[in-house]
Amino acid sequence: MLQKVYDWIDERIDITPIWRDIADHEVPEHVNPAHHFSAFVYCFGGLTFFVTVIQILSGMFLTMYYVPDIENAWKSVYYLQTEVAHAQIVRGMHHWGASVVIVMLLLHTLRVFFQGAYKKPRELNWIVGVLIFFVMLGLGFTGYLLPWDNKAYFATQVGLEIAGQVPFIGEQLRILLAGDATIVGAQTLTRFFAIHVFFLPAALFGLLAVHFILIRRQGISGPL
Amino acid sequence: MSNKKQQVSRRQFLNYTLTGVGGFMAAGLLVSPLRMAIDPVLKHSSSGDFVNVGISVDEINDTPQRIDWTVEQVDGWYKSEPSRSAWVYKDENGDVVALSPICTHLGCVVSWEGSDQHPDHFYCPCHNGLYTKDGVNVPGTPPLAPLPVYEQEIRDGILFLGNPIEREGA
Ligand code: HEM
Ligand code: FES
Repeated sequence: MLQKVYDWIDERIDITPIWRDIADHEVPEHVNPAHHFSAFVYCFGGLTFFVTVIQILSGMFLTMYYVPDIENAWKSVYYLQTEVAHAQIVRGMHHWGASVVIVMLLLHTLRVFFQGAYKKPRELNWIVGVLIFFVMLGLGFTGYLLPWDNKAYFATQVGLEIAGQVPFIGEQLRILLAGDATIVGAQTLTRFFAIHVFFLPAALFGLLAVHFILIRRQGISGPL
Repeated sequence: MSNKKQQVSRRQFLNYTLTGVGGFMAAGLLVSPLRMAIDPVLKHSSSGDFVNVGISVDEINDTPQRIDWTVEQVDGWYKSEPSRSAWVYKDENGDVVALSPICTHLGCVVSWEGSDQHPDHFYCPCHNGLYTKDGVNVPGTPPLAPLPVYEQEIRDGILFLGNPIEREGA
């Protein structure tokens, strides 16, 4: 049945080559933990992506209940956490995943660094990776405010003060992030929500696409 | 047609015009969203009005006392009445001084003679920060700047306070 559906589509739009291009390629031996167990270090990039997918999916579902409004944000998180079946698990995935994704990212970066895989011709992908790292930090920073509890509020207060220390443009940068010159409040929360849920994920998708296209073009770096 | 006149080919001309028009359209689309995003930076902050803090100048002596009052705060569409506090006293010249109680180290709340061991000082319990009576931080304790001073006005013998103004480190 599935084969028939596939054939029907393939006959019309010839998807096999596209599919081949994306997924049908050999895993080199030196990258395959089945051959050399130590090759597990090559998994961290994929694991980072895996956790990122979890963040995106769990985040999408959290957004069904969450409201970015200072009167209701905390209540909405409390409600989903206590009243909605399984929402505690989804929030847990998002909450812990936010830390795990950074850990995976660091391990992946360490592997690339210590194997020297960033060297010519892969310098560009290192740069893209660093940008991904910044976007991830941004997602962690903006997401942390969203539950609007005391910890969230004061962490953001501190984070905004750090932004304010940037030379020359610090003050403007802080206001741009906070949405108000003096208050961390209603406008900060809506801003952080928009950045967390639309702007940074969009940037992340773009960067990930470039990251993966470059890997397909250049292949994985050879054995040491 | 002579070759000399034709310095721009038809193809180039179309490229330039289409890029130009496309650029204009893209820019036109982006102007409003960007201006909207940076609006808070460009808005002149409505520097706070002076507020009656509920104490007359007669009631203020040379010992700092803590006063609390509320201000009307407008945060975009959200109006609230958060509370503010200050330590007020009269200095040697009889002028009223109103200090912000927010520690310049990490933002805890200081109090006058808050520790038995440090008479005549503002004390911060969080990391033993100290300030002299004029609000200047004591070197060697964590705070790196003096306590901010409130803008003040005295109307009919009643104290009105504005925004706390930060001061440079000692
Ligand atoms: C790699 C990507 C992401 C990271 C690292 C991340 C990180 C975070 C963090 C640290 C929090 C605070 C959680 C807590 O304190 O319990 C949070 C909350 C939230 N995030 Fe994300 N996030 C990511 C992607 C997304 C996406 C794509 C969406 C939506 C489409 C989203 C929607 C939300 C919502 C609605 C909340 C508030 C609910 C809550 O606090 O539990 N997130 N995020
Ligand atoms: S916050 Fe006051 S001394 Fe650290």
